[in-house]
Amino acid sequence: MSKRKMPALIDLIEAGRAVEHHAPWRRAVVAPKTWNLAVEQLAEGRWSLLGLWGEPETVHMALLDAADIGVISLKCPGGRYPSVGQRHPPALRLERAAADLFGLLPQGLPDPRRWLDHGQWGISHPLAAGALAEAASATRTPPPAAAYRFLPAEGESLHQIPVGPVHAGIIEPGHFRFTASGETIVRLEESLGYGHQGIEGLMAGSPVERAARLAGRTSGDSTVAYSLAFARAAEAALGVEVPSRAVWLRALMAELERLATHLGDIGAICNDAAFALMHAHCGVLRERVLRASDAVFGHRLMRDRIVPGGVASDLGEAGMTAVRSLVAEIRQRFPHLVELYDNTASLQDRTVATGRLKPELARQYAAGGYVGRASGRDFDARRSPGYPPYDELAFDVPVLQEGDVNARVWIRIREVEQSLSLIEQILERLPGGPIRVGIPEPDEPREGMALVEGFRGDILAWLRIGAGGMVERCHVRDPSWFQWPLLEAAIEGNIIADFPLCNKSFNCSYSGHDL
Amino acid sequence: MRKLLFESLIRPPLIERPPAASDSAVDELARALDGTARKRLGRSLSIRAVDAGSCNGCELEMQALNNAFYDFERFGLRFVASPRHADVLLVTGPVTKNMREALKRTWDATPNPKWVVALGDCARNGGCFAGSYAVVGGVSEVLPVDLHIPGCPPSPVEILKGLLALLDGVNPGTGAARS
Repeated sequence: MSKRKMPALIDLIEAGRAVEHHAPWRRAVVAPKTWNLAVEQLAEGRWSLLGLWGEPETVHMALLDAADIGVISLKCPGGRYPSVGQRHPPALRLERAAADLFGLLPQGLPDPRRWLDHGQWGISHPLAAGALAEAASATRTPPPAAAYRFLPAEGESLHQIPVGPVHAGIIEPGHFRFTASGETIVRLEESLGYGHQGIEGLMAGSPVERAARLAGRTSGDSTVAYSLAFARAAEAALGVEVPSRAVWLRALMAELERLATHLGDIGAICNDAAFALMHAHCGVLRERVLRASDAVFGHRLMRDRIVPGGVASDLGEAGMTAVRSLVAEIRQRFPHLVELYDNTASLQDRTVATGRLKPELARQYAAGGYVGRASGRDFDARRSPGYPPYDELAFDVPVLQEGDVNARVWIRIREVEQSLSLIEQILERLPGGPIRVGIPEPDEPREGMALVEGFRGDILAWLRIGAGGMVERCHVRDPSWFQWPLLEAAIEGNIIADFPLCNKSFNCSYSGHDL
Repeated sequence: MRKLLFESLIRPPLIERPPAASDSAVDELARALDGTARKRLGRSLSIRAVDAGSCNGCELEMQALNNAFYDFERFGLRFVASPRHADVLLVTGPVTKNMREALKRTWDATPNPKWVVALGDCARNGGCFAGSYAVVGGVSEVLPVDLHIPGCPPSPVEILKGLLALLDGVNPGTGAARS
């Protein structure tokens, strides 16, 4: 901390009081001054925000600098703490969510509206100390929900279009408020939280196994990635060494999930440009992946197949063959579809230069996945910080600069190719041995965290397991937290008819965000 | 594109490709479902999906019903964009409190006769989300449910089977003539 100008994350962590038993990265309880110094680094773009979450009278922030990941925590008696969002907008919604759930009061927060709390729970700040017990004994009826105040857009002949929470397709719930001038969108504002199930509240006080199942139901399309993130965090906390065969099988599942979702997305994006042919063919390939996953691991989405301590199903000879023939089929058919995408002028006309996300914004928001990588942010949690077995596998991380719908399609195309190659490498080198070990019960609280690359981007999981093996607090942060706000920016100046296209190219998670 | 389209003309359709037993089961199921729908309703069945706070797993499998393997539109079964066009509300999720009102309004907008199918384990009683401050705990807490299709999530075949069971259980002419 002597170098006031350019501190490294490690300096800040060392300036605070280190928390014992926090793995694999460090956590420190810091003073408000250090907290503000970290906020300054975020605001000046030197560090990235990986997450911000609450506990009763404490707020935590996970940070990423060039070389390191760390968590700083600030005690906030009475709930007050200096807002991060006032200097670093990507924290805004996270702070609003923590305020709703824990009653934390970020001082100077520019947007104090509720976010997840729509006034329907019958309880305020459900995760604040003692709140649920208090509510159970109280019998008062909740006050009627006040209407959400959307941000104003002023000008001649503007009109508003409200969409959702029930959408026209088979889609998750969320509300979009468009303000348009003729056909052109001048402002989009999202209102989310409709899918809030209270997962973090359910996890608190649950055995690790139950919390793991809940983690796997945070976002159905990323069930493998969430199970992996939770398991890795729990294993880091408890010091569990997972058998190497399980580590490789986890990667196989993760790549199958990436393959299935990317194939589905590529087709669905084209479908939103009314090009049904791609959708039909990609849908066939996606179904093939799901059927192979079912044949190999016993579930189409591979739900609950990754568990703390290892994996729940093994891969036999027949499974090996099923995955090999799946890869062979996609390798044969997919290039034709890529060619079709690339050579259809009417489709390109819709996707090129549509919904452009500026690289500066992607960097500021630390946007993960194809959203970030299509706008120049060269980040993939499999590579850095990295986790096994990816350190032993060869793969490229595609990056483009254009930031339009087309670029987000191409990142997915390249990632499909990379996943095929990764699956082949995994099958080639899959080690033998056991697939699961038991997890111990700690005799004192232990904390762990993990950063895992889902198909949508990096998923953060942080937890504390108390003595006796119960989860005291678990926070899972979906990549969408940092992508939803960027959709609002990317859509500006586009026509209403291109919104489905832009939205699908982002494919943010509602349930993963709403928790 | 011409090549792809041409290939599609000469390649056998995926749904009839042997020897996948599950494919022919789907085919049989969907035809049976269509026949029953016509008999009971005098026409095909229109389904409106409502996500009342699911994890999105059930939605993925509903979407799969539209792919070339299940292709359930070929039988006249279809997902419609508005509840005003629907015969069936296919509801997923434990019904979050934040979605309760929207779900009720969707039901109100659906013309009679209408049926409600609760899809997935958490739509029955909240599943693993039961007991949360933020969920109502099952579709039947909010709407009269005619059928529950279990699974987490149910596979496309199971969803088809469930819809067939619904139609078999409905009395022709009188079906769910509620308020």
